[in-house]
Amino acid sequence: MKIQRAHLLLCHGTACSSSASENIKDALEKELEHYGIADQIRVIPTGCFGFCAMGPVMMVYPEGIMYCKVKPEDAAEIVEEHLVKGRTVQRLLYKEPGEETRLADIDDIEFFRYQRREVLHNCGHINPEDIREYIARDGYLALGKVLTGLQPREVIDIVIESGLRGRGGGGFPTGRKWEYAAQTDAAEKYIICNGDEGDPGAFMDRSIMEGDPHAVLEGMAIAGFAVGASQGYIYVRAEYPIAVERLDIAIKQARELGLLGKNIFNSGFHFDVQLRLGAGAFVCGEETAMLNSIAGKRGEPRPRPPFPAVKGLFFKPTIINNVETLANLPRIILNGAQWFNGIGTEKSRGTKVFALAGKVNNTGLIEVPMGTSLRTIIYDIGGGIPKGRKFKAAQIGGPSGGCIPEQHLDTPMDYDSLLELGAMMGSGGLIVMDESDCMVDIAKFFLEFTQDESCGKCTPCRVGTKRMHEVLVRITIGEGKEEDIGLLRSMAEDIKDASLCGLGQTAPNPVLSTLRFFEDEYMAHIRDKRCPAGVCARLLRYEIIPEKCTACSVCARVCPVDAITGIPKKPPYEIHQDICIKCGACQAKCPFGAIAKV
Amino acid sequence: MKSLDELKKIKEETLASMRIREEEPTVRVAVGMSTCGIAAGARDTLNALMEEINKRNLSGVTVITTGCAGMCQREPLVDITEKDGSTYSYQNITPEKAKVLVSQHLVNKKPVFEWVLATRGLCREGAAERSGD
Repeated sequence: MKIQRAHLLLCHGTACSSSASENIKDALEKELEHYGIADQIRVIPTGCFGFCAMGPVMMVYPEGIMYCKVKPEDAAEIVEEHLVKGRTVQRLLYKEPGEETRLADIDDIEFFRYQRREVLHNCGHINPEDIREYIARDGYLALGKVLTGLQPREVIDIVIESGLRGRGGGGFPTGRKWEYAAQTDAAEKYIICNGDEGDPGAFMDRSIMEGDPHAVLEGMAIAGFAVGASQGYIYVRAEYPIAVERLDIAIKQARELGLLGKNIFNSGFHFDVQLRLGAGAFVCGEETAMLNSIAGKRGEPRPRPPFPAVKGLFFKPTIINNVETLANLPRIILNGAQWFNGIGTEKSRGTKVFALAGKVNNTGLIEVPMGTSLRTIIYDIGGGIPKGRKFKAAQIGGPSGGCIPEQHLDTPMDYDSLLELGAMMGSGGLIVMDESDCMVDIAKFFLEFTQDESCGKCTPCRVGTKRMHEVLVRITIGEGKEEDIGLLRSMAEDIKDASLCGLGQTAPNPVLSTLRFFEDEYMAHIRDKRCPAGVCARLLRYEIIPEKCTACSVCARVCPVDAITGIPKKPPYEIHQDICIKCGACQAKCPFGAIAKV
Repeated sequence: MKSLDELKKIKEETLASMRIREEEPTVRVAVGMSTCGIAAGARDTLNALMEEINKRNLSGVTVITTGCAGMCQREPLVDITEKDGSTYSYQNITPEKAKVLVSQHLVNKKPVFEWVLATRGLCREGAAERSGD
């Protein structure tokens, strides 16, 4: 293999790909060709670096310099200045918000400083479409060690001892789950990788599948050996085309090298993996619904027990593990249970990947040790709240989770602390909200999502979420009654108790959680017919402040429904509330700040 | 895949070409590629270095380009920095000399003192005599 003098690692995750990283690659290669140095320098597409807010991101080795927000037009300058003349292109370096100095070394950047990238250690460092690069970073060595030196029981014991818990939401101990399946006697068993990541704002699993697909395959093979399965399925959303493509390539390459297939490492162990594409139904992330979907049936859940570990796919014992859980396994086998035990908190070991989204400066993909405080995540890594606004709450666990308000910012992020707060780890979607977000509106949004995604099989979920959503709509348009609070609470409890699967059982959580911490905001909507955050349009009024109005007539001209009248140069103008649609155009355009939202 | 050795072989083959991405200390060769360097033929020097390094499969060597050191009349300048930080600056390195540097300095670990312009750090004997030339 050829030795080059520089490697340009260019992020080809979904976020950077949508900002044309493929075009940047072409432009760079064209320039390298132009200078006749194409054989000395390689442009390598990689998975997600995590710093999506600054994307497309590119790392230049051997110097280890990071360039941000690279455009195809920058290719000529990068090649001529950096790669020919050896001068860093200063203007493309990262600058901390509010600071002047530009930083070249990623270790100096706050976003990376507090992170510990274990599961993501290959993301952004290797070409995910080249199995050899994965192997060069000790890939498939864990599988090799397991198959050539360990008994299945020993593998299960290592995983139990490591304390690894499921990263998909519930946090069930992975090793215990395997134990059930291993103890069940059956001719065939299955391993399923749950890549049906459906929470709004979550993209951890997508990034792992895109950036390090072989880690998932290796984890599945290790799980297969431990429980005695020889067939695996990856259930991945069709909406993740890049992940699907890279997994497909990874499976083909692993088969070519005999890392999937018959008699791997000459151990007599056979294992193969197939992809199953989901059509995007949220409920198919629930394990029993997923089993039906993989078997070609309608994606509806069924009661448990029997649990899939005993009776799963095609009625055979089946282990369903999340993408991130599986990607942890090779590292645990290689470094040992003790190593994993040393990271995180007593009951939540290891690291956790979070997708940081919403009202935060550095949106992106981060990985921190379990137990890191929300404050560190939002302020140190996330760089705080944009526009100088105030933090209000963070929604964790998507539509199944809850919110964490300001007074609990120092809560350690681990499974149990979050449950105590009425939230849950979920898969790791973390949406930050500021003072301009209305908590009733947020609850309504998530309930709209779950009632839309309810499969309809059981009544509490099908009808209950619909009725709860109606109550929330009523509150946000100023027609709520004081009894609605009690009604929401009692319906929420009933739906949680009586629903068939996890979707219904957790659907009321956003309502319960916002009620717990922001009941006063609900009451403001109900009693005062007022939305404190100024989000619920029906409860808002735009008014002209007579002292500030100069009768310049700008507002009347921008109003799309002609709700503002007045005589030029004779202040004040007037907004007719019966016509006003509360679009806010007048306030945005008024040069004198004479229009107030009340 | 039949054995761990087979896996190890793929690892080592691939790692050779990935080494520059790992942040481990390596021997660093810096070629002056500012306008003066390029005018003096540094491009050909760089190409010759890369060709020779590939021919000998020297994966532990990092080649970078660098700016003007101020001694434009001695270009092309090539600096070789060893793992301990000691640096040998070579002057007037033509493509032919570049190939000799690879074989003598990088492979045989014998600096070519005759072409040394200056040294920094703990350089081997003989170099000091010519430092500051």
